[in-house]
Amino acid sequence: MPETVRTLSSMRKGQKGVIDSFTDYELSLKLLEMGCIPGELIEVIRIAPLGDPIAISISGYMLGLRKAEASTVRVRIQE
Amino acid sequence: MSRKIKIALVGNPNSGKSTVFNALTGLRQKVANFPGVTVEKRIGYTNLKSDSGEVVEAEIIDLPGTYSLYPKSPEEILPFQILCDPNNESHPDLTIVIADGTNLKRNLFLCSQILDLKIPVILIINMMDIVLYKKMSIDFKGLSDRLGIPVIPMDGRSGKGITELKKAIVLPLVSPVKDFIDVREFAPEVVDELRSIVKVDSNYNAFLGANNLHIISGFEMQQWKKDKIISICEQHKFDPQQMQARETLERYKVITLILKDHLTSLENPVQKSNSYKIDSFLTHRVWGYLIFMVVLFLIFQVIFSWASYPMDLIDSGFVSLSQFVRSSLPSGLLNDLIVDGILAGLNGIVVFVPQITLLFFFVAILEDTGYMARVSFIMDRVMKKFGMNGKSLIPLMSSVACAVPAIMSTRTIQNRKERLITIMVTPLMSCSARLPVYTLLIALVIPKGSIYGFNMQGLVMMILYLLGFVAALVAALAMKYIIKKKERSFFVMELPMYRVPRWSSIGIHLLEKVKIFLFDAGKVIVAISIILWVLSSFGPSGVFDSIEKKYEGQSLSGQIQASEVSRLVQTEKLEASYAGKLGHFIEPAIEPLGFDWKIGIALITSFAAREVFVGTMSTIYSVGGDESAKLTIKEKMAAEVNPHTGGPRYTFAVGLSLMLFYAFAMQCMSTVAVVYRETKRIRYPLIQILYMSGLAYLASLIVYQLLKP
Repeated sequence: MPETVRTLSSMRKGQKGVIDSFTDYELSLKLLEMGCIPGELIEVIRIAPLGDPIAISISGYMLGLRKAEASTVRVRIQE
Repeated sequence: MSRKIKIALVGNPNSGKSTVFNALTGLRQKVANFPGVTVEKRIGYTNLKSDSGEVVEAEIIDLPGTYSLYPKSPEEILPFQILCDPNNESHPDLTIVIADGTNLKRNLFLCSQILDLKIPVILIINMMDIVLYKKMSIDFKGLSDRLGIPVIPMDGRSGKGITELKKAIVLPLVSPVKDFIDVREFAPEVVDELRSIVKVDSNYNAFLGANNLHIISGFEMQQWKKDKIISICEQHKFDPQQMQARETLERYKVITLILKDHLTSLENPVQKSNSYKIDSFLTHRVWGYLIFMVVLFLIFQVIFSWASYPMDLIDSGFVSLSQFVRSSLPSGLLNDLIVDGILAGLNGIVVFVPQITLLFFFVAILEDTGYMARVSFIMDRVMKKFGMNGKSLIPLMSSVACAVPAIMSTRTIQNRKERLITIMVTPLMSCSARLPVYTLLIALVIPKGSIYGFNMQGLVMMILYLLGFVAALVAALAMKYIIKKKERSFFVMELPMYRVPRWSSIGIHLLEKVKIFLFDAGKVIVAISIILWVLSSFGPSGVFDSIEKKYEGQSLSGQIQASEVSRLVQTEKLEASYAGKLGHFIEPAIEPLGFDWKIGIALITSFAAREVFVGTMSTIYSVGGDESAKLTIKEKMAAEVNPHTGGPRYTFAVGLSLMLFYAFAMQCMSTVAVVYRETKRIRYPLIQILYMSGLAYLASLIVYQLLKP
């Protein structure tokens, strides 16, 4: 199966993937120190009732972030 | 033999830092402010004994939680400054890093940064109860050898590990020797020059300084050194963003390697965790909001019904105390001062301790369980529409207790515009100082009884609180379009696991808050009560005498009963006093709102602090004289007659108008001061006073004019 890379903001609830890269330098610094580093496995575990923000599971904890921020994270999808 | 040692407690938010702090220091702690900034500085003390019999006097500082030494929000600047500036007065001899054991990777990141600063470190791996529950196993010995520091497992809630920590604290201090990562290789020239010319004490401190040029201006360092640092960075084209990214990636690479050797964890699917299951309800698209409303509703119902018993007790206690003092001291000026000035003022403060305690209690539970973070999560979208952030909800909610700490807690909001708007509208939320005013007025004009089984007075109280919230949202919306600032808005927030509240921590927190209310607010209230008593007991010379003379003749001729005469004398005296004159002076402006000069006096004194209203009312009505000492303030106000209508002074319309005025007006010196300190511009508190008072006047005017008979 070919690997697909897409933005974190476009992932469905329950979808898993591995962080590939960031498209925004400034924002990536904040995400990096929170443990969102390339190669890390993530899963979208919840989407807030109004569609934004989303919650992901990353290295054993839950992180909430807005879709605007999630759209700067590129993820290699693993179903 | 004894020695002194300064210890700093550092850790990520939600790592259980304050539990460890409380376990170490118990009640030997105080809250002060860091110089120049309003962040609360919690300091505790403990004396420990080493095996050799040496006494170690430890001063422990609990620093605000942070994820790294790269400050992203104003709150995170403090740990950076204290740890990186050796000349800072709070710079520690020893740092205790608290790490959440269930999330070692992210928590070790901060620890590794501190290690590279070469400050002696003890690593606490906290939340061992959950670590074990999740069947993770950590090789503490291996980790300790690898990092070169003591590593202590702990379960802060049960106190397991505290003894071991105390033992480790008294050991001789050892600075870390080897670098966790070698930052020099990222920027060799800059690091070397900073170390040789500016004499920075470690490679990493040099590197961090170069990365945070905008913050080191606050360091205790000669100006030429600061200038030199800047010029060295410019000369070598130091790129902070790129450097920070490289450092972060390198640290995580090393941490991942270390954890591979010393941590074994099973696959723990999030969906199986209890937190996930609870979240299915609490962040549900229907239940989530419904539950939030119900929680708020229940809290207000409970506060109103539970607090009334102790409050009645306190009230009647003060009435009997006043009578006792009145009858046992010789009558005269001193007697009046104690009963009508001091005791009346004290009563006005102490009576609200039950409600404030309950309120702080519930706010603390919401925070401590992790529910508040969920509320931010489900409300972010809504708050964004109003120019704020999901994180704004925490200040807004906690300003239900007090706007001062709430405004300080806006420091977690990274975006300046969102933070400013939150600061500007937070004082519209009904704080605990309004509670006394609401309570008194509601009891006065809203009938007891229930609608559909709900306490009617409690219902009105909740409506008032909601009104404050709605007003805050509307004001925020207006400011969203007025304030022009282009900056990115962030919402990146950890959603911590749900946990049972730590009752002892909440207990200590409550004690602290009530103490602050009683002493800090209390001082102001008692002082104002005494001033007020003086103003209302004295008048321009000769006026009081002529009033007495006027009635002397009447009582002698037997036209009116003696008690009636003394009441008339007292009332006329109050009206002629300095306070009465002040009240009369503003009466024309407040008459359209339904207020008389007595309420006018209270409005003036309330501009220092709202809760003074009740004290002022007590003082004003106590000045009335002897008979009335047996009545509570509410009974006295209910008996007050409006001379124009002949009916009661406090009608439904007047009561409502007053409540609205207090709901909206900016009457709090402390808030004004804290807004100034947080925004560093005098114009923001000024705008706040103007717009809030304007809103208050307008709302009261409309309501009174519509409802007046």
